[in-house]
Amino acid sequence: MSTIASFGFWSFVGIVAGIYTLFALGVQVQFGFAGLLNFGQVAFMGIGAYTMAILVVKEDVNMWLAAGYGIVLAMLAALLLGLPTLRLRADYFAITTIAFSEILRYVATNEDRLTGGSQGTINLAGIGKASQYDAAWQSFLDKVARNLHVSSDAAMLILVWTVALLAVAMVSLMMRTPWGRVLKSIREDEDAAASLGKNVFLYKLQALAIGAALGAVAGVFYAWQFSFFSPDDFAPLITFFAWMIVILGGLGRAWTVPVGALVFGVIFAGTRFFDFPPFSLLDSTERAYVRLILIGLVIIGLMLFRPQGIFGSRKEMVLE
Amino acid sequence: MFIQLLANGLVTGSVIALAAAGVSIVYGILRLVNFAYGDYMTFGAFIAVYFNVTLELPIVTAAILAMLATALLSVALELVLWKPVRARNAGFMSLFLVSIGLALVLRHVIYLVAGPQPRTYTVDPYKVYVIGSARLSGAQGIAIVVAGIGILLLGVLIAKTGVGRMMRALADDLPLAAVSGVRTGRVILAAWIVSGLLAGLAGVLAGLVQTSFNPQLGFTLLLPIFAAVVLGGIGSVYGALVGGLALGLAMELSTWPELGGGVNPTYKPVVAFAALIVVLLLRPQGLFGKARVV
Repeated sequence: MSTIASFGFWSFVGIVAGIYTLFALGVQVQFGFAGLLNFGQVAFMGIGAYTMAILVVKEDVNMWLAAGYGIVLAMLAALLLGLPTLRLRADYFAITTIAFSEILRYVATNEDRLTGGSQGTINLAGIGKASQYDAAWQSFLDKVARNLHVSSDAAMLILVWTVALLAVAMVSLMMRTPWGRVLKSIREDEDAAASLGKNVFLYKLQALAIGAALGAVAGVFYAWQFSFFSPDDFAPLITFFAWMIVILGGLGRAWTVPVGALVFGVIFAGTRFFDFPPFSLLDSTERAYVRLILIGLVIIGLMLFRPQGIFGSRKEMVLE
Repeated sequence: MFIQLLANGLVTGSVIALAAAGVSIVYGILRLVNFAYGDYMTFGAFIAVYFNVTLELPIVTAAILAMLATALLSVALELVLWKPVRARNAGFMSLFLVSIGLALVLRHVIYLVAGPQPRTYTVDPYKVYVIGSARLSGAQGIAIVVAGIGILLLGVLIAKTGVGRMMRALADDLPLAAVSGVRTGRVILAAWIVSGLLAGLAGVLAGLVQTSFNPQLGFTLLLPIFAAVVLGGIGSVYGALVGGLALGLAMELSTWPELGGGVNPTYKPVVAFAALIVVLLLRPQGLFGKARVV
């Protein structure tokens, strides 16, 4: 019972949910608003995290600037990915985007000299020199914590959620602009939008890039929160978590994403507390399996019984 | 060296081809991208572990039993999961996401039941087949012969038998086939049976070829398999077979040193994905896919 009541644990759940809010908001923009089946979102998270870490360790770049480069690079990668593939049919596009994220993960695993390889960022500066990319961030975090008179966990929680909620508000506003309405019209009927003289391709490309930027922001926070990461942190499974969050919360609305992320965080972390029979018979690895089985069942159950998500509206968007 | 790589490519390629055909058969009829297919394969591979390692049956017997068990799983899931999901008018996206959920469930149930430790089939490890300048291990030899038979049988089934014709009819136009008196429910079940048999076979062969494997076996192969399906043109069984073989060969031959030094073997999956993207840029509907405006 000690963990379930501890602030440290729940602030961790909150921080992770905040990072996933940013990450999944990208999928909401791409799929919920523009109808793009991007199954490679995790690649943009990886680009953000790796660009930031590499520039800080190897080039001694200021961390804010490095994070900015990470976001810009993720957007450029989205353009590069979108230019040839957005013309493909939806199912082909989906599989190509997974392939894209896997290519990047293999490159990150194998190009030791650039990324530290499979051992992760600890290896960034070369073998034998344990490298850290978040010294500046930690001192910034301490400063924030001191000024707000809270623990550094709480400071992180506040920072992540401030950025996440700002992003949610921004996306909400963007969807009320004419630009957002065109995006939704493309989701509903591409040909109709094209017949009104809208450049469908360009709008899709922009949605992809904005989603990528959000993914990269999530990646930077992910890197700062965990102080270490390796290519395995960016496996396709993470993209599916984002999809689950978007669908859990509800499609086609920005504010449902943080709700979905919180529910996801509680399902993901809460199952650690299953310490009553029959779960008490399982060890911690086995409980991790049970957790993923539960997540799988939740996805299936949602699709069967509430395909528009908890707070989604059937009028807004029904999953085809 | 080249001949050896060619042989390895045929082994890898035929495993991918069988699995890709299994994915394609179901996709063609139900428009279902089955993301859980890799875990159907893992299921088959672990059933074969039970028969081959625990009960000490020969690997071929174990493989046949594993195929039957996977077909049974495949049919059971159609009845308890896919049919009800379709009855709710689920579209492409819902089906895809359900399959992702199913993949998580299946894989971790296998983890829970069988444990994460690496498994190896009992085959004679010292047996080596020498064909010309290529050397195939006993496991590779079995894999290539069995996969070859499997591909031939599948080709005959699709091209020559009544069930195969009906499957193609459904894949072409399901409502039209239904109107013409084809019992679509039965053909869908038949498609799941064939798909399950192929998953079981491909799973066991993948386990044989990799010598040691854990419950991630099928999932790690899933993306090359999808690449093969897309390469051949989604829904085309022959396309999937050709796509699988082509990818297997491309992955192995890309490491040939004469080819500008060859690609680092760890990049083999990247070669598969890169090949996929290049083909799609040139031919957006895949090699054998029908150009459709959807």
